[in-house]
This record gives sequence, structure tokens and C-alpha cells, in this order.
Amino acid sequence: MSEKFDVIVVGAGPAGTSCAYTCAKNGLKVLQIERGEYPGSKNVMGGVLYRKQMEEIIPEFWKEAPLERPVVEQRFWMMDKESVVTFGYKGLEWGVEPYNNFTVLRAPFDQWFAKKGIEQGVLLITETVVLECIVENGKVIGVRTDRPDGEVYADVVVLADGVNSLLGKQLGYHNEFRPDEVALTVMEVINLPKEKINDRFNLEDNQGCTIELFGDSTKGNLGTAFIYTNKESINIGVGTTLSSMIKAKLKPYDLLDYLKTHVMIKPFLEGGESAEYLAHLIPEGGYHSVPKVAGNGVLLVGDAAQLVNAIHREGSNMAMASGKMAAETIVEAKSRNDFSESTLNIYREKLYDSFIIKDLEKYKDAAHTFENHPQYFKDYVPMMNQAASKFFTVDGTSKREKQKQIMRSITGERGTLKVLQDMYRAWKAVK
Amino acid sequence: MHIVVCVKQVPDTKIIKINPKTNTLDRRSAPAILNPYDAHAVQEAVKIRKMVGEGTISVLSMGPPQATAVIKKSIEIGADKGYLISDRAFAGADTLATSYALSKALERIAKEEPVDLVICGLHAIDGDTGQVGPGIARRMDIPPVTNVIEVTELNEKEKTILLKRKLANGYQLIQADYPCLMTVGKEINEIEYSPMPNMIKAARYEPIIWSVNDLENVNRPQLGLKGSPTIVGKMFTPPKPEGGKRLEGNSDEQVNQLMEVLQDKKELFLTAR
Repeated sequence: MSEKFDVIVVGAGPAGTSCAYTCAKNGLKVLQIERGEYPGSKNVMGGVLYRKQMEEIIPEFWKEAPLERPVVEQRFWMMDKESVVTFGYKGLEWGVEPYNNFTVLRAPFDQWFAKKGIEQGVLLITETVVLECIVENGKVIGVRTDRPDGEVYADVVVLADGVNSLLGKQLGYHNEFRPDEVALTVMEVINLPKEKINDRFNLEDNQGCTIELFGDSTKGNLGTAFIYTNKESINIGVGTTLSSMIKAKLKPYDLLDYLKTHVMIKPFLEGGESAEYLAHLIPEGGYHSVPKVAGNGVLLVGDAAQLVNAIHREGSNMAMASGKMAAETIVEAKSRNDFSESTLNIYREKLYDSFIIKDLEKYKDAAHTFENHPQYFKDYVPMMNQAASKFFTVDGTSKREKQKQIMRSITGERGTLKVLQDMYRAWKAVK
Repeated sequence: MHIVVCVKQVPDTKIIKINPKTNTLDRRSAPAILNPYDAHAVQEAVKIRKMVGEGTISVLSMGPPQATAVIKKSIEIGADKGYLISDRAFAGADTLATSYALSKALERIAKEEPVDLVICGLHAIDGDTGQVGPGIARRMDIPPVTNVIEVTELNEKEKTILLKRKLANGYQLIQADYPCLMTVGKEINEIEYSPMPNMIKAARYEPIIWSVNDLENVNRPQLGLKGSPTIVGKMFTPPKPEGGKRLEGNSDEQVNQLMEVLQDKKELFLTAR
């Protein structure tokens, strides 16, 4: 039998590396296996890294990690064809320690994070695909890789193999996705000189801005688009649920092209040079899609456990927090020398007791509501734009009269009762 | 059987950018990799060891501390141990100074276990000179055999090795006494997919790092920039090849255009009389 480890972590994204790092820091013998050429080579994220959960793993990481810009402004755009209603918040307290969140490019960041794990003693192996878990007497005892003599063994195998967790599916922990449980997001990294970014987004060198775009950014389909500022590039991307894409016969790259050439967006990108094009699935099933996360000798973390809060575009932070919780559980299991499901279920309890499952639970019906009632994205966003246009256009009509006209046009289009119903439904979905 | 393979860390020239002002490589624009020919050299050492049944494979490199990455990569392929000579004194070396420094390191390695074979890649993809291998052989006073595409036979009793070389106009079969040095290209073998135990060994492996003080009888003026007589006269980026011409239109039009092009270039197709 080949070498045995305390822990094998499959995947070197934020969840896997948080887990591997924390395990190694606690003296466990950890093997981490990544299929890409290097950590981050296969990973895609819009680009916002949250400070809090990262800091709990590596304090003051911002002093050495390869970050782009601390985000000081978050804008929200309700977009129509030739107009936009915006709101947002800019606060300079986010631009100084300890910061709120950062824009990052995943390739350098994931490599840096994995290196921190190696410094703690993690053995990281890249360019290696894990084909399956080795199961004996109902217990996961190791993994089989695609390499010659490719079997390795461990007390616990942590599946951090991402959204499409083939290993989780093989174990029967979750089923094949329904098209409404995943979003397909495409994004592009567009190089622009620093000065141009600072001017166009009204920023200083070490300040970043995020824009979340709703409405016409997805041609009215359930989903969002985003623009994030890096040091010398911009991430622009758009995603909708697969089911919306199928229903509206959208092609993801067409949608991104549509967004990039939108009159409201084009000026941001003028003169930019496309550096990278990426696409990825995002688990958006939320609470109802969270699979079994612990079994005999096995744990699921991050995207593999479908831990994404689509409404607040949080994912990497949940990945990191879940990876850490898994590691703490394994340390406890090691001290008891018991790696059965009942002990590893401590992880499940931690997860359900934390912000992660609480947040997913809060929004458990949101996606479903918005998917089944497309009027929120299709009708209300244009209505908001028309209302704003009417209200702010100076044409001699009194403001009170304008308000009346706006209310009439909204309730007139849908009927008062329907509007009230819609408002109640939306409130219920996110309350 | 002790085989030493000399390896170099190079920027991936498939994707590297050139600084338009200085015409030098912008090394930050591309990841550093194991020189592809050197990977074949390590693989060949693994094959030879299999052929003779046993042996030690050491790899040797010169470069900054991060060059340990190519030693680890070599361990993945199947090397047993790796040495990196790393020191400011080696910096700025051309092929003459590099081969001197590497031969001094080889002397030290040979003290630990006598060296039977030295294998180098045909040339590095960043410098393309192919001079370091023969330079090492000259300094070690062993025969250099360049551009080997097959190790045909190895006789341990007679200490001879039969090597097939590729020449400009054919092949050459050479029997050499070993110790000797050979340089190899991509034709000599296929890089195998490394087995898992090698991967784990490589992840764990800490290369042996020597500074100039760890080497013996070194004549310092022969090292680094001081020991490098090479003068770079001029650097320029060769013009990008122009794209081919695309013939448009329906098939008849395209055929007619093609015929015109062929007529125009007909001297290219005349047979020699």
C-alpha cells in the first residue's frame, strides 16, 4: 500500500487551500492535489475577495498577498436600454486597514495562498486529476489519481473539487444539476492603463470600485453582470442561470458582447485590450441544493458543497470559512482517532450554525421567486428608469402631478393589486 | 551508474513578450519552466537507468534560488537528487562562464559519487546557443556527443556506449567511451506521465544548494559577468512573418485567383535540368 496521509485535499481553490493550510498548521500530514498546471489556473471568480474570512486564516494578509485594489465603492445599476438608475455607497473607511474587501485576480492570488500552505507543510501536487474516491466498507480511505501508481490514502478526504464536484456526485452526495441550480458566467479581463481606470471610475491609485448591473445587462433575465476594477485592468462579466439561458435562447458570449457594447458600458472600456476570457459555472441553487457534506472519511467544502450566496455575490468567503471549519473538524477527529460520519458531522453542525447556512437559508426562495416571476428584472427595472426620467425631467409639470403620473403608469401597467403582490413576494423572498 | 543531468530554468518563450525599448525579454511576462530539451535529458537518464537496471540520477542547475523549481520538476520525472549552484558570483554569466561554474560543481558531485554520464539538453530555448554542454565536456576532458537521438547500447563491462546522432544530412552511429557527455533533443524520447510516488517525492524534496564557497579550486575571475567575454553587439526583434493571403469569392473565382498566383510564381516549380 502506498503512502498514507492524515488528510488528502482535492482542489487548490480557496476552500481547499484554507482547509489544507489549517490542517497543516495544526500538525497534520496533508496532501493537496490540483488538476491545473498551478493553483488558480482553472479558477474563475468575478474578483471580489472578502477580508473577514481570509483574515481569520492569515491575519493581515493584505500586507503580502497579491491583491488588486481595496474596494471603496459599491455601485448598483438598474439598467435599461439607454438609461440607468444607480445607487451605491462610497466610503473611505473601506480604503484603510482593516479594509472591507478587495478586487483580486485569481491566478496570482491562488498561487500565493497555496504557497502559504506549502510553508505550513502541505505537500501540493499539481497537474494531477483525482478520478475517484477509494471506498472500502462504506468508508472513504483515499483517492485514485490518473497517474501511474496513482493511489494515495488518508484518514479523511476533503472534496474541494469545485462546483461540478464529480467526486461528490460519484459518492451519490449530490445529483446532476438542474438547469436552475447553476449559473453560467462569462467574463473578460480587459487591460487599461491605471490613469484611465482612476479617471473613469473616480478613484485614487489604491481604491477600487465594483458595479453590479441588473436589468438590461442580462437582457432582463435572471442574473447579474458586474464590472470590477483591478490595478491595471477591468473584470467585466455576466451570468444567468442555465435555465434562463435555455429559455431565452441566449448564448453566454453573445450576452457579454451585448453588455460590452451597451451605450452605458462602452465608455468604461474604450481603448482597452482584452487580456483573458473566462467562463465558469456558479452554484446558485442555494440552501435547497446543499448536498450531504460529511460522510465516513469524507467532507465537502466550498463550491463542491454548493456554498454560494448568489444574491450577495459571496462565494470565496464561504469557501474559505467552510474549508477552515472542515480542518478544525478533522483536527478534532484526529484527536479522537475517529473519522466516522458521526464525528465528521461536527463540520455539518459548524456549517449550519454559521453565517453560511443562515444566509443561504434566508434567501432559500429568492432565486426561485425571481425565476418564476421574471417581471422583477424584465418589467420593474425599465419602469424604474421611466419613473426616474419622468421625475427628473423639467417640463413645467408640478412634482406632485409627476408622482401621480408615475404611480398611475406603474399600477396601470400591472394593476395595483399585482404590484402589491409583487412587492410582498419580493420582500418575503429576501426577508 | 551515476548520471548527472544539467538543467536550466527558462522563461516560457511561447508566451514571453519582448520589451520594445530594450529588445530584451520581459521575464515577468512569462512563467519560468524547465527547459523542454532538459526534460527529455532527465527522461533519457531514467530510461538508461532502467536499461542498466540500477543507478543514481542527479540533476544540476545554476540560477537564482527559485530555480529549485526545475530541480523539483526533474525529481518528478525520476531524478534522485538535485543540486543548485546559486550565488551572486555566478550572475551575468555567458556560456563560457556557465560551463566553467557547472564543471566545478560536477567536480564536487563526482567526489561524492564518480560520474559516468553527463546529459544536457540540446540547447536552452531562451539563449539557443547549445554551447554549455560541449563546454562542460571540454573542461572535464570527456568526449562530447551532440544531438543524440537514440542510446542504442551500453556496455558496462567495456565502459562503452553506442549513440545515434542526427546530422544535417543523415545519421551517425558513434561508439564512445564513457564517462562522456551527450546532448539530446526532443526526438530521443517521449516524456512519461510521472507516477504518483515521484510527485510526492518531488513535493517534499529540498534541493541541495551550493554557493561559490562550496566549490573547490575555483578561479573567481572566470565566473559570472567578469568571466564572460561575450559582447552583445546589437539586439533586434525579427519582423513578424506576414500572414498568408486569403483567397475570397466563390470556388471558381478562388480557383482562378490561385491559378494566377501559381502562374506568377512558376519559376518556383521548374525542375532543375
